[in-house]
Amino acid sequence: MTDERLQEVSKFRRALIRPELGASMGTILVFVFFLLIAGNSGMFAPQGIENWSVVSAQFAVLAVGACLLMIAGEFDLSLGSMIGFSGTVIAILAVQWGWPVWAAIITSFAVCIVIGAMNGFLVIRTGLPSFIVTLASLYILRGLTIWLSILTTRQTIIGGVKEAAEGDWLAPLFGGKILTGFFTWMGQNGWIATFAQGQKAGQPVIAGVSMLIVWAIVLVVGGHLVLTRTRFGNWIFAAGGDPVAARYVGVPVNRVKVLMFMFTAFCACVFASCQVMEFGSAAADRGLLKEFEAIICVVIGGALLTGGYGSVIGAALGALIFGVVQQGLFFSGAESSLFRVFLGTILILAVILNTYIRRMITGER
Amino acid sequence: MSSYDQNPIIEMVDIRKQFGPVIALNKVSFDVRPGECHCLLGDNGAGKSTFIKTMAGVHKPTTGEIRFQGAPMSFGSPRDAMEAGIATVYQDLAMIPLMSVARNFWMGREPQRRIGPLRFMDMKHANDVTMEEMRRMGINLREPGQAVGTLSGGERQTVAIARAVYFGAKVLILDEPTSALGVRQTANVLATIDKVRKKGIGVVFITHNVRHALAVGDRFTVLNRGKTLGTAVRGQITPEELQDLMAGGQELAALEGSLGGTV
Repeated sequence: MTDERLQEVSKFRRALIRPELGASMGTILVFVFFLLIAGNSGMFAPQGIENWSVVSAQFAVLAVGACLLMIAGEFDLSLGSMIGFSGTVIAILAVQWGWPVWAAIITSFAVCIVIGAMNGFLVIRTGLPSFIVTLASLYILRGLTIWLSILTTRQTIIGGVKEAAEGDWLAPLFGGKILTGFFTWMGQNGWIATFAQGQKAGQPVIAGVSMLIVWAIVLVVGGHLVLTRTRFGNWIFAAGGDPVAARYVGVPVNRVKVLMFMFTAFCACVFASCQVMEFGSAAADRGLLKEFEAIICVVIGGALLTGGYGSVIGAALGALIFGVVQQGLFFSGAESSLFRVFLGTILILAVILNTYIRRMITGER
Repeated sequence: MSSYDQNPIIEMVDIRKQFGPVIALNKVSFDVRPGECHCLLGDNGAGKSTFIKTMAGVHKPTTGEIRFQGAPMSFGSPRDAMEAGIATVYQDLAMIPLMSVARNFWMGREPQRRIGPLRFMDMKHANDVTMEEMRRMGINLREPGQAVGTLSGGERQTVAIARAVYFGAKVLILDEPTSALGVRQTANVLATIDKVRKKGIGVVFITHNVRHALAVGDRFTVLNRGKTLGTAVRGQITPEELQDLMAGGQELAALEGSLGGTV
């Protein structure tokens, strides 16, 4: 029953038509653009690369969670508030209550994942759109964070986490750096610049690869494998694509959705823990608007807002575009407010292109 | 057909189903034998959906007995019925258009392969089997990764039927598979029903199109306002008579003779 009216499509064209196509093209475009306008600004020197890759990694960690959840057919608008909440919980437990930092981190993860599960259960039980349910948790969590912070410390910024984390075994998993020996060695060989004077004289300008980047890579690769290569990944697509049809063939749709809410909360906690360990402090207003930034990355990456379609690799490329644009405008000395103009433009272009690509793949009309 | 000598796979005896004060089904009896296509006809609201949902384990009958391969059976859920070998292909819920044919085919029963402690979906096996099963049904896929949305309505029904057959259905319930299709696609689906029947699977074909029913049916049961108006064997009933039965049995009295005591 091959339809003779269908035009033969070349192998090359077929290989090109993928959900990530829009994001890949965007990535190339953004890199070419900044090589041209900011090529000499140090943006592509080791320090510059470290700068935008850390920022991109921050977006990527959140985008993986938001991406899988969106493919499963749901949103989590409380992602940003969860970041502030998680960080504040770590700081209060570790600094105010004097808990060991590892216990504070684990507790914060546990509490946030439980809140994620509650978001999921509410959505499943009430049948309300996750947009509304998590909008409520966005306000509830942000309010709770500020209240808890002021109640325990009378301020909204809690410092002293770095000192508390000295010698802790779990803290370096979020705040540490790896490959430091390798970078020192590269510095000694003159392959990367070293500090000429001051306290750090002789040390390379980049001490190592921060754990945030490692987390981003692990989550992106892991998320991609789970989504495309496992039974559970097929269930994620099915749950978002058509929950009724999926249930009918025995896919545990509710379990999949709740687990994805929990995973998104986990990603928010990874982000928050890395940030708290890096800054040595937690602030109640951290993570503001991150939920939308994560959704933007995911949508640039080719996911469908209504679920059932998307790509973790695409979302990671979306995060890369986001990070490079944000830091690139800074390097090129452009007015920082232009960042949002640029971002909005990229968003709308990416969505138009992605819609076109998706229609070609899925035959949607 | 030799199927009349065989025992029914599933027997529904005097099924009555009440939703509150509404009697949806009133003492309906129905059976399916291996290798036959039993058409269930009826106008909208006749109780066809309620009846097949009872057979598929979605509803429990208020009274009456379901016998599966001779033994009384009570399905707690659609999953139970599926596991026993009763597969239902619903008209619109069959497939997820955004997902590939292979992913749809295996949805809920994905084949797995171990790599160390991890279990991955065996995509190669899934793709190969899907391509092969589709080819058998007469659909040449470009590739197993092709999205279901690119298939026509008839092809989607065929994928769903192929899936049910591959996973060992003994009874296949098709809910209005042809009602939204064009002429050529309808012919393809009817041809698929014929192939499935020849494998020894009992097919329950729900339709309100008499011509589609007569094209493949071995027996015909008409439902009207929750009651059966009788079961006729192929060759004993004309299209006009079937049509009249569906329309409400105004001429039932005149037809009783022609139904040959099968009422």
